[in-house]
Amino acid sequence: MTGANRIAGAGRLTPAKTARFRFDGRGFTALAGDTVASALLANGIHLMGRSFKYHRPRGVVSAGPEEPNALINVSRDTARSQPNVRATVQEVFDGMTVGSQNRYPSLAFDLGGINDTLSPFFAAGFYYKTFMWPKQAWASIYEPRIREAAGLGVSPKEEDPDHYACRYAHCDVLVIGGGAAGLAAAKAAAATGATVILADEQPEVGGALHFDTGAEIDGQNGYAWAQATAASLKAMDNVTLLTRTTAFGYYAQNFVAMAERVTDHIDRPQANAPRERLWQVRAKRVVIATGSIERHMVFADNDRPGILLASAARTYLNHFGVTVGRKVGVYTAHDSAYEAAFDLKRAGVEIAAIVDSRLRPGDGLFEKARSLGIEVFTDHAVIATSGRLRVASMTVVPNGGGSKRKIAVDALITSSGWTPSVHMFSQSRGKVAYDAATGRFLPGHYVQDCVSVGTCNGTDDLQAILEEATAAGAKLAAEAGHAEGAAPVPAGRNAIAWTGGMAGAAYGAGPDDSVKAFVDFQNDVCAKDIRLAVREGMHSIEHIKRFTTNGMATDQGKLSNLHGLAIAAEALGRGIPEVGLTTFRAPYTPVTFGTLIGHARGDIFDPTRKTPMHAVEEANGAAFEDVGQWKRAWYYARPGEDMHAAVNRECRTVRTTAGYFNASTLGKIEVVGPDAAAFLNLIYTNSWDTLKPGRCRYGIMLREDGFVYDDGVVGRIAEDRFHVTTTTGGAPRVMHHMEDYLQTEFPHLNVWLTSTTEQWAVIAVQGPKAREIIAPLVEGADLSNEALPHMSVVEAKVCGVPARLFRVSFTGELGYEINVPADYGAAVWEAVAKAAEPFGACPYGTETMHVLRAEKGYIIVGQDTDGTLTPDDAGVAWAVGKKKPDFVGIRGLKRPDLVREGRKQLVGLLTKDPKEVLEEGAQIVADPNQPKPMIMLGHVTSSYWSENCGRSIAMAVVAGGRAKVGQTLYVPMPDRTIAVEVTDTVFFDKEGGRIHG
Amino acid sequence: MADPIAIAARRPVLAPHASGAARAALSAAGPAARLSLRAKPDAVGALSAALGLDLPTAPKHAARNGARHALWLGPDEWLVIDEDEADLMAALSSAGALHSAVDVSHRNAGILVTGAEAATVINSGCPLDLSLTAFPVGACARTVLSKSEVVVYRTAEDAFRVECWRSFAPYVLAVLAEAAAEA
Repeated sequence: MTGANRIAGAGRLTPAKTARFRFDGRGFTALAGDTVASALLANGIHLMGRSFKYHRPRGVVSAGPEEPNALINVSRDTARSQPNVRATVQEVFDGMTVGSQNRYPSLAFDLGGINDTLSPFFAAGFYYKTFMWPKQAWASIYEPRIREAAGLGVSPKEEDPDHYACRYAHCDVLVIGGGAAGLAAAKAAAATGATVILADEQPEVGGALHFDTGAEIDGQNGYAWAQATAASLKAMDNVTLLTRTTAFGYYAQNFVAMAERVTDHIDRPQANAPRERLWQVRAKRVVIATGSIERHMVFADNDRPGILLASAARTYLNHFGVTVGRKVGVYTAHDSAYEAAFDLKRAGVEIAAIVDSRLRPGDGLFEKARSLGIEVFTDHAVIATSGRLRVASMTVVPNGGGSKRKIAVDALITSSGWTPSVHMFSQSRGKVAYDAATGRFLPGHYVQDCVSVGTCNGTDDLQAILEEATAAGAKLAAEAGHAEGAAPVPAGRNAIAWTGGMAGAAYGAGPDDSVKAFVDFQNDVCAKDIRLAVREGMHSIEHIKRFTTNGMATDQGKLSNLHGLAIAAEALGRGIPEVGLTTFRAPYTPVTFGTLIGHARGDIFDPTRKTPMHAVEEANGAAFEDVGQWKRAWYYARPGEDMHAAVNRECRTVRTTAGYFNASTLGKIEVVGPDAAAFLNLIYTNSWDTLKPGRCRYGIMLREDGFVYDDGVVGRIAEDRFHVTTTTGGAPRVMHHMEDYLQTEFPHLNVWLTSTTEQWAVIAVQGPKAREIIAPLVEGADLSNEALPHMSVVEAKVCGVPARLFRVSFTGELGYEINVPADYGAAVWEAVAKAAEPFGACPYGTETMHVLRAEKGYIIVGQDTDGTLTPDDAGVAWAVGKKKPDFVGIRGLKRPDLVREGRKQLVGLLTKDPKEVLEEGAQIVADPNQPKPMIMLGHVTSSYWSENCGRSIAMAVVAGGRAKVGQTLYVPMPDRTIAVEVTDTVFFDKEGGRIHG
Repeated sequence: MADPIAIAARRPVLAPHASGAARAALSAAGPAARLSLRAKPDAVGALSAALGLDLPTAPKHAARNGARHALWLGPDEWLVIDEDEADLMAALSSAGALHSAVDVSHRNAGILVTGAEAATVINSGCPLDLSLTAFPVGACARTVLSKSEVVVYRTAEDAFRVECWRSFAPYVLAVLAEAAAEA
């Protein structure tokens, strides 16, 4: 048996296939197709959660994605565990474990329920007033406690073992919603040959036809028509029909994000199947067919388990074959609840009474109820209910007061009318308009190429819906370029049209009463809270919303927004449209982080860029550091060495014999064209006309504001061809900077830029023995000082492959940089290593590179500069052409602040204690005994232990620094103050003879 | 003189690779000669003659002559690929028209995506419309695949060549492989 409340012969599920699951430790059997909610209801269980603030017992309210109460934890195992799943959406799969939330120790007995008793102290706005003092207590006491107490659900601690997919798609017409309207629109659009995507959030299409068994289309039962139509659409090549797919975000230019739940309903998903898939659809036209959502009645104690929407009761009966109770009360302000009562009655369920707040229901309903033997109270209200964990009675009085009558019930279904789902329309930036006749907001002014059809558009009659949707489908397909072929309009007939109904509190729930008549179940907002907000001075609906948190829960007020608005409007004495709706925001329903992240996790979270020599370096024991997306060899520790020892050895070896270094990540740009030199004249501060082919020059590049942007060595390969190098981190932005100026400021120049960063693998060989090491590998080039002096370049063959061989140095030693096509990099590196071995030379990493360049006072842009240094500040004014008429930044350099005295300048620092290594970033002061806050003169930019100098060295920017050379300054640290002497920036080989070999 | 210099071996970034099912198969393209070619419209005729194909001048178009392909990437930019590794620089050296040719043979790596679901696999990270009407055989575009820039080139109804920079190739292949596994 799959539950005592299954009604034989009712619903569409088959007992042939069952699934076992556990809820709070108890085992249940469900039918294939059951949601958790329907399966629990079949077993007479309404109590599915505790409310967020007051911990009140709560039952399921709806049968769809709008569910505010029945939030559960669903798990397959400890890692595959998801909190805050709506029991009305989650399908049961065999072996699933379901847990209730926000209760301790159990759902039926929850200690947090004390909050309900204390609720007078927790009025709306309570947080804003109570926890204001003392100020420090907010972060240390109040917030952590509140978070602990109020937390909804528990996230799994393990890494998510599932994977998530993503897909971009394009179509002529996207149809959001697969009810009668969406299907008719899709059918009409597809008939023209247009490409159509139809997305529906439920497991099967049909929308309201799931419960509306009174609807007939083309002579068929509406639901059967929907399934047949879906089948015919699926068979078409130009149609993609997606079920279990929620369109949750509508962005600019008809870009719609949708979440497809691929395996959440399957007991044993295939290993390669993603759990969920993010669809990002660009549609030429969009049909919004999102239907409408029934609202509950706002009356005292309307949140007891067993009180739910009339349409939900109908869905559970007509689709799942489950009755929500055996003695069901009805409280309504709308005709559609009558249909629910009739369906239940016909299924053999006792209807205790229909309480209608209106003077009279629609035509014939009163009589029909009578004929079925159902008692109807018109112009009456339910003013109280009883029952702790399940509703037991409703108390009925005439509107305006009178004699009370308590009626026993075990379920109470309510309806105050239907709210058109304008979420997607509103997200598209469309403006809604209030329709006073039906008391609802409908699509008004459209901003994007979309059309709303069906009940979300305020069209209520089924025939009118089908006509409207068919016309829209054909029209949008034609606008997308497909005018051929037409689909006939289906003929439809429904018993009840889903009109607006009433919004706001019912009689007995105000305006003067202080009963708990819930507007927003999930955030525990009552009618009285909204009135309180108005009394406290909140007049904007946006303020009322934030003060009360109405509509701010995970259901985003799908049931509560219109009620809240109506109550606020009444309290303010203004009309509903004057008070206005709050903004609808994405996502429409909660979306998992996994769906949004998709593939971007683990190894493919981000590209990891490796040089051609990476595997060889790894085999040589290199430790790597991240430089942007690049992995760069940091140091090569030998057995027994720590980083410090390895770097000291590498530094010593380069200066005594030689070392080789992987410089492949340096940015490289090939600048080609007859105006190449003219272009570089404008981009760099120095002059390039005079550079002869085969020679190199160090260049400084500024931004328009005169500050140093990048630097690097540029080699002239030919009259019209330069090989530009940039910093590793600067490569992409320097390319963009140059391209930007070329296209916008210098379009008259005949020159083109091509990134060649990855074309070349670069091996720097540096040190006194560098020439001897590479000589045996080089063909076609004379390596002598005369033929290839410092700052020159030659095209030759290295290890038999074409190479650009640079004689350059970032160490101050005799040095070469071998550029070979990238695929040869690893083999040439190995050949260099073999050639270097007899000399005792070694590979060195970026840390040694940093130390060696600092020993020579060579700056690193981005480390020793920070975007506020001019070339003069950085000590490289010599690289600015004094006679040049123009270059990027020339005007910036003349600004008064950039030429004033006392600017921060790059200098060297030597600690009085040679063993003391300063911290990079440490501040520098003149007088360590001055009162705080001290006047800070600058900070340390680079600091290392220099094995070659036998002491620590540092560079720093110091106000008026060059004039302070020889002075003692101080670096205050938390535990001590370090005295330093200001020096120039060259610490090793001050004469600079070594570089010339 | 010592021993003759051993010629360095070539090590492509992607080992010869094949994965995925028939519906979406992935493999590393072999070595190819590649040029980044830049020129103004008046040079197109001379450069086309030198290359032996008509450089396309419309967006998203490629031209092909045997193993040689020219992909339009921008109003003055083409990616020329020669799968037979012909010397493209030499071919253009006497073109007699103003242009910039830069050898990028090693800068790029190619990945071949084939099978009925090839477009779907690429669309897992690429927002382009790859339907046959919008992106027919011979179409090409410089675009993105997840977090990498790529050039997508349709060589047959169910076959694409995806070109990216060398160091991005393992990432691009991994993204495509994950999509192919669930296609």
